Amino acid sequence: MSTYKETLLSPIFNRNPITLEVLGICSALAITSKLETVTVMALSVTLVTAFSSFSISLLRNRIPGSIRIIVQLTIIATLVILVDQLLKAYAFSVSKQLSVFVGLIITNCIVLGRAEAFAMKNPPMLSFIDGIGNGVGYSLVLFAVGFVRELFGSGKLFGVTLLKTTNEGGWYVPNGLLLLPPSAFFLIAFIIWGIRTWKVEQVEKEG
Amino acid sequence: MSRDSTAKVLTVAFLVCVVCSIIVSAAAVGLQKRQQQNQEEEKKRNILQIAHLYDPAQPVEQQFRRLTTVTVDLASGTVLNKAAGKPKNLAIPAVADLAGIKQRAETVEVYLQQEAGRLKQVILPVYGKGLWSTMYGFIALGSDCSSVSGFGFYQHGETPGLGGEIENPAWLKTWQGKTVYAQNGSVALTVVKPGTANSNYTIDGLSGATLTSRGVSNLIHYWLGENGYKPFLDGLRKKPLAIRRAQP
Repeated sequence: MSTYKETLLSPIFNRNPITLEVLGICSALAITSKLETVTVMALSVTLVTAFSSFSISLLRNRIPGSIRIIVQLTIIATLVILVDQLLKAYAFSVSKQLSVFVGLIITNCIVLGRAEAFAMKNPPMLSFIDGIGNGVGYSLVLFAVGFVRELFGSGKLFGVTLLKTTNEGGWYVPNGLLLLPPSAFFLIAFIIWGIRTWKVEQVEKEG
Repeated sequence: MSRDSTAKVLTVAFLVCVVCSIIVSAAAVGLQKRQQQNQEEEKKRNILQIAHLYDPAQPVEQQFRRLTTVTVDLASGTVLNKAAGKPKNLAIPAVADLAGIKQRAETVEVYLQQEAGRLKQVILPVYGKGLWSTMYGFIALGSDCSSVSGFGFYQHGETPGLGGEIENPAWLKTWQGKTVYAQNGSVALTVVKPGTANSNYTIDGLSGATLTSRGVSNLIHYWLGENGYKPFLDGLRKKPLAIRRAQP
């Protein structure tokens, strides 16, 4: 049982896909200005990673080495289209805000990375858990960034006004930089700094 | 048979593709109805927003009943009694094609806001080429069928931050109260260089988005001109009540 627990928990701090492997940054910059989109994106990536790892692991002994990447991508793409279609049907306004980024989950390195590095060598259930773990690791960073960006960028959390901005007649002067994608770079850098100060073994050796 | 033999590669590739395509098509077909409903509702919400009638607290469908939808034959400007299936597309001759859209439907659905039998607003769909993409939007005109009461785009692919600023509420607000038609009846409303708008017929362009601004200007000239809604609007101005009789 300990391997399951280990597989689930280690991607959260010890091998976090964003802070250690610095994967999946593109979507982390683009969609973190609001927590609502963050929630949907986090959920979508977690589900896609888990189910793609699961199905790829099921087929791992049958996929020929020469076409393994394209087979993995076909499976991932299918799942992403499925998520995109479901969002368009049941969460239309959010899917409009996420626009192309749902489709771009296909190119999220975390999904393919886990498929290639983990699911091709491990049994289905363990791969599924690994997918969930990595999804949760990704989601945590996204939530942390989204929390800061939405609270200080527009004075809200989940669309509920907490700090009334001067535009709406309140006192809070919002930080416009936080609404722009580059601000996520700074925030992710701070998170990486924090985690690597806490867990020194994650620091990359020079040379 | 080894895992890497050609036959095996082809079989695996084929089977994966078949299974995946079945899943994708099943999802697309199964969810199509709901997705279309969402798009329809989104369109209605856009129309209401552009006409400044939208209230987020109430269902879109219910609010939309305040508007009357009529189908207009553009060439004659007459109102058709009911939409006769899918309208035919007409090619637009290159000289007249200001909006860069090559063809348009013969008939278009427009939306009227009437209160106590009097026309308050008419909302017209417009679209045309920007820099990269076709920009789709609505323009709302007041009861004189000439002053702009609302304007906005609901779909486009212009550069975010530059041409994408056509969505900027502050810019769209500068359209309000402007006049479309000059005394002689021609379309006078034009988007000009940023900072040079000096009359009721000119609107400051977006800086850094000259071609997109020009596209917006052109599509206004096309759609509100002789080849667009002008015959219909002229008729509406003279006999506003004719529209009501056409309603079921």
